Amino acid sequence: MRDPFREGLAAGWQYIDASELTADKELEADVVVVCSGAGGGVTAELLTRAGLKVLIIEEGPLRTTRDFQMKEAEAYPQLYQESASRKTADKAINILQGRCVGGSTTVNWTSSFRTPPTTLNWWQSAHGLKSLSVEAMAPWFLMMERRLNVSRWSHDPNENNAALARGATKLGIPIEVIPRNVKACWNLGYCGMGCPTNAKQSMLLTTIPNSLFLGAMLVSRLRAERLEISGNQIKSLKCVALKVDGLNTSGINVTVRARHFVLAGGAINSPAMLLRSKAPDPHSLLGKRTFLHPTLVSSGLFEQAINGYSGAPQSVYSDHFLDNVAVNGPLGFKLEVPPLHPVLFSTTLQGFGGAHAKLMKNFANSQTILALVRDGFHPQSTGGQVRLRSDGSALLDYKLNDTYWEAARRALLAMAEIQFAAGAKWVTPVHEASAGYNTWAEAKKGLADLPLEPLLCRVVSAHVMGGCGMSNAPERGVVSDTGRHFQIDNLSVHDGSVFPTSIGANPQLSIYGLIARNATELAKTLTRQAKAVNLQ
Amino acid sequence: MITRRQFLKTGLAGGVLLNVAACTRPSENGGRTAILSALIPVVLAGALPAQASAAEPLIVRTIGGIEKTIAGLSLPAQSEIGELFDLLAFAPTRILAAGLWSPWPDATPEALAAFLESWRHSRFDLLKSGYAALHDIIFGAWYAHPDSWEAIGYPGPPEVS
Repeated sequence: MRDPFREGLAAGWQYIDASELTADKELEADVVVVCSGAGGGVTAELLTRAGLKVLIIEEGPLRTTRDFQMKEAEAYPQLYQESASRKTADKAINILQGRCVGGSTTVNWTSSFRTPPTTLNWWQSAHGLKSLSVEAMAPWFLMMERRLNVSRWSHDPNENNAALARGATKLGIPIEVIPRNVKACWNLGYCGMGCPTNAKQSMLLTTIPNSLFLGAMLVSRLRAERLEISGNQIKSLKCVALKVDGLNTSGINVTVRARHFVLAGGAINSPAMLLRSKAPDPHSLLGKRTFLHPTLVSSGLFEQAINGYSGAPQSVYSDHFLDNVAVNGPLGFKLEVPPLHPVLFSTTLQGFGGAHAKLMKNFANSQTILALVRDGFHPQSTGGQVRLRSDGSALLDYKLNDTYWEAARRALLAMAEIQFAAGAKWVTPVHEASAGYNTWAEAKKGLADLPLEPLLCRVVSAHVMGGCGMSNAPERGVVSDTGRHFQIDNLSVHDGSVFPTSIGANPQLSIYGLIARNATELAKTLTRQAKAVNLQ
Repeated sequence: MITRRQFLKTGLAGGVLLNVAACTRPSENGGRTAILSALIPVVLAGALPAQASAAEPLIVRTIGGIEKTIAGLSLPAQSEIGELFDLLAFAPTRILAAGLWSPWPDATPEALAAFLESWRHSRFDLLKSGYAALHDIIFGAWYAHPDSWEAIGYPGPPEVS
């Protein structure tokens, strides 16, 4: 298998692994892009193409095609935030987020949805984002769909997805095919551990290599610590190099100077960086309204093999339970399935000892559905808040309230009914007090009375959004609808933290599209400024 | 004599227990090896071979895997795990918070299972999350190992050349 990134490095791309630095360093660029995920990757490419000198800073390691061995024991510590065990402050929600060159795009399951019209319309009416209409955004989504080869999955779904489709269809619940950002996909099922066949059109394979080819510089294992802010200007960015372990700092400091700074660390790290930097926050909005699509899990046992580890992880979905409620009414949820691999599955399943072992013996016959709850629209769904630990690292508080649990119960019921309709012999929500159900009638009765509380009912998330919300006025947002910080002139935020609500769909294409728009705008502004300076 | 339940009802659980335990940090890795050696056969019952002689090397291997996992966690998460094991290792807090009168190597499988169940269903989030941490690190280390895959019908990753 070719390793295009390594080939590029061999051809002379500018790259520094900060763990190898032996002395403090100063770097300079027109624009520094902090982090290399969905927002950072798109920004780096568009700014570099516009002729700007771009520096990309990434805290995680550089791992490329040949490093992706499809082993959970290697992938989680190397490619994920906190070894794939990042959690909310109360430990009730486990959060999957990437931490490597390419960010979450290196490890996501490739589902690529445009921001749903319902969400854009709500942003226009409730958050003053008049310019983000479905029509105005369409060309940006189209541009990124072309760039990343997004198209509806044309092969058969694997059995894990097929069961969702079969059960839902039997119940008259509409099902759709998921668009994926892949090219010549081998249908292996290991997207979550880094694509070993160069099929996934992640930032690692597309925008970052192209930026480097055009002259940008990448520094990995460098933690962006703090912006030095003076009045309404950032003077520099203070970074610390990490050791090879990726955890401890090496004692080497790197100072970065640039005309413009772009934060793209995602909805936990970007607000945390601004909090650490004591960025102006006159309306006390920073780090607030953080959304997770807090996700419920339901597992069913089938007579036949499901082999949920094999084949494209996500290929069908249903928005039925999003569409049958008002956007700001009782919380709706999107139905999808996750890939099933031994570590992720065994640590997610409830119980221990014989009961757990029995569930694991049926691993190959297990089918699992996810319900991603749309948060941030209902008045009682205000999300979480990012704050700092005493060591300056980020911590997310997210309280799961009654409004959430009401939706959770509907979601657990809907998933169990679909699984029984698809032929499951036994279904259980992932919940510490559930011993599972043998029939839909049993499940319906049992789930109605199941106590739903944090740490009893398993809740997970792979989508972190908000915390630097955009708005049309500084009183209501941290950044403008073009991602420009309201108080600091040379700062933009280009990631999912700018979303004023959750998306109601896997967010990668929402980030690509919005950031393509905002980075194009930023490139125009910065090149115009440069020309003006040159003419003087 | 005060029972565990009464103690927890006084509301002194959590922070105070952790502080007490942290001040008396026991030997080596917070007494982790002894605690895990006791808990792993209970958590992995049904997955480990029933014969003690066959299980022993696999328990040692799993502890190695857990240590590696912990070493890869963020520094704040590592320190929280450290606090959890301090709490379990220090006899007074072990008795009060975990309800285990015997030292770890002497605890019966029934007593260990009762401890895990009591934390799993505790009304204190701290104890519930302590249970979840033990659950996750033990199962994570076990099922990360290719030798555990055959029993669950997982063929391992495919070949890519």
